[in-house]
Amino acid sequence: MSGIARIESRSVALPVANIDTDQIIPARFLTTTTRAGLGRHAFQDWRWLADGSPNPGFVLNRAEHQGAEVLIAGDNFGCGSSREHAPWALLDAGIRAVISTGIADIFRNNALKNGLLAIVVTPAEHASLLAGAGEPIAIDLRTQRIERAGTAPIAFSVDAFARQCLLDGVDQLGYLLARADAITRFEEARA
Amino acid sequence: MTATTLFEKLWQSHCVEADRDGLPAVIYIDLHLVHEVTSPQAFSLLRERGLRMRQPKRTLATLDHSTPTTPPRADGGRDYADAATEAQVEALVGNCAEFGVTLHGYDSPERGIVHVMAPELGATQPGMTIVCGDSHTSTHGAFGALAFGIGSTEVGHVLATQCLLQHKPKTMAVNVRGRLAHGVSAKDLALHVAGQVGVAGGTGHVIEFRGDAIRALTMEERMTLCNMSIEMGARAGLIAPDATTVEWLRGRARVPSGAAFEASAQRWLGLRSDDAARFDREVEIDAGSVRPTVTWGTDPGKVVAIDARLPAATAANARAFEYMRLRPEAPIAGERVDVVFVGSCTNSRINDLRDAADLLRGRRIATHVRMLVVPGSERIKREAEAEGLDGVFRAAGAEWREPGCSMCLGMNGDIARPGELVVSTSNRNFEGRQGPGVRTLLASPATAAASAVAGVVADPRVLAAEVAA
Repeated sequence: MSGIARIESRSVALPVANIDTDQIIPARFLTTTTRAGLGRHAFQDWRWLADGSPNPGFVLNRAEHQGAEVLIAGDNFGCGSSREHAPWALLDAGIRAVISTGIADIFRNNALKNGLLAIVVTPAEHASLLAGAGEPIAIDLRTQRIERAGTAPIAFSVDAFARQCLLDGVDQLGYLLARADAITRFEEARA
Repeated sequence: MTATTLFEKLWQSHCVEADRDGLPAVIYIDLHLVHEVTSPQAFSLLRERGLRMRQPKRTLATLDHSTPTTPPRADGGRDYADAATEAQVEALVGNCAEFGVTLHGYDSPERGIVHVMAPELGATQPGMTIVCGDSHTSTHGAFGALAFGIGSTEVGHVLATQCLLQHKPKTMAVNVRGRLAHGVSAKDLALHVAGQVGVAGGTGHVIEFRGDAIRALTMEERMTLCNMSIEMGARAGLIAPDATTVEWLRGRARVPSGAAFEASAQRWLGLRSDDAARFDREVEIDAGSVRPTVTWGTDPGKVVAIDARLPAATAANARAFEYMRLRPEAPIAGERVDVVFVGSCTNSRINDLRDAADLLRGRRIATHVRMLVVPGSERIKREAEAEGLDGVFRAAGAEWREPGCSMCLGMNGDIARPGELVVSTSNRNFEGRQGPGVRTLLASPATAAASAVAGVVADPRVLAAEVAA
């Protein structure tokens, strides 16, 4: 995993509340044994019509939003299942950050472990971001600020440990493996 | 000494290292449950990194999500939805053999939905930390265990280290006072609470369900309630162990026996929140006011009592009304039903099947309705068949299936057709959850059975009164 310091992209708005993990990727695409290639099923039932053609009414299909890496979603994004396929699918579809007023616990955990930024802002900041959707936006993980031209930056906070792992481009397993002695002591003390 | 909550006691007793200076706590995991869908990438991680499992004996595996619910063919083969689901099952069989994990596969009389079979085995015990790559791991909180769902990367962490990095959640007490009325089930209570708390209300919290109405619930009912904690956004749900818990566990395969059991029971009964313990948030629920409840929208917080009218139209619920093809302020009872599903980790236990069978005995389901009854485990299937429940379901015109997750998420091909309305005893009514374009109404087993007979969404108390008369 390479380090993530800053994302610069246009944003795209999907202001639907409670976008659950079944919308992000339906269960019928969880039949894989790898994590690759899930991007084409991201938002499957909103993005594709029954005949397999792109739904022209879905915002991510519009030409002007191609290449957008920052998704501004409605309240409570990622509720539902623990499927890590949800952040895998979003990342594979080119989304590198999701911003909402609320992000479900398991989704946020899964996202940060895979280099997908999951950022919570206040309702007022959210409204401002939605109003400016489609414009260039920068998310700086070092300063924990969302930057846009012509407006004051928005400060956000990502869990300090997850943030350092993302900046350094290391996964969290290494840290846990290095706790082996403490884990052994814990097991021996309970035995 | 500071008064602490049950959650706090469970957390403290599993801290290998407490959280400090922005670093997460290292939490020891007593029991890791594994199924075929969210584990293959985790086992691959171990292989890629050249790692072994730290404690294979603390992991228990089963097959549930991708498995067909039709019986095996005469040649022993199974009719999978596709080659990919079969490959997932094969991958778990191979991974368990390679890493030395106990698997309750097709050859085991204990196979079942992971959140049904682990408690049946007594693998789920009070005071434990339990995780699984499945959000409904919250079910096991019914036993006073700290149990929560994790992603596949974290599954890998537990396989390799038996630990997880966690930030301490907040606590929420849901105090349920009084008694549930006759004809009102734990599922109705769960849906009612989800409506009160909302689908994001529990985010960042562990819920402890408390109060005399909770103490009066059986273990199966407590599992139904804790199962739905995740639908309130909560990290986990908890109920303090009591005599009901102890007696339910007595004699099960994985609990100790004799004096060792009594010693465990004494320890379990001490697991409770101190009287003076403070919760970050408290919610009060009057059990007596709960009526049979169903969902009408596309998240589990959009609920309505079976004899009430749907809410008025708002900007926030317009999308749900449109998808569900329901009219604001109309009654929910009387909506035409196409499919009825009794099953899932929420409502596939023996009491659930009895509730449904009691209303179906001697009756036929409506001719236009298709009904699937899917027991939660092989054990429940045997028990139901010994009681003749399978015969009741078949005689009523329902399909009696093999254990598995089935139509709860439709991974195995058990789905409905676009536009169909499913009255389902499962836990999620998200758009497309039971097939593209399918509309799901979450309900209790009794409401599901009554609706199957009526062919429309129906109040189970009406049919129950006929049965009693």
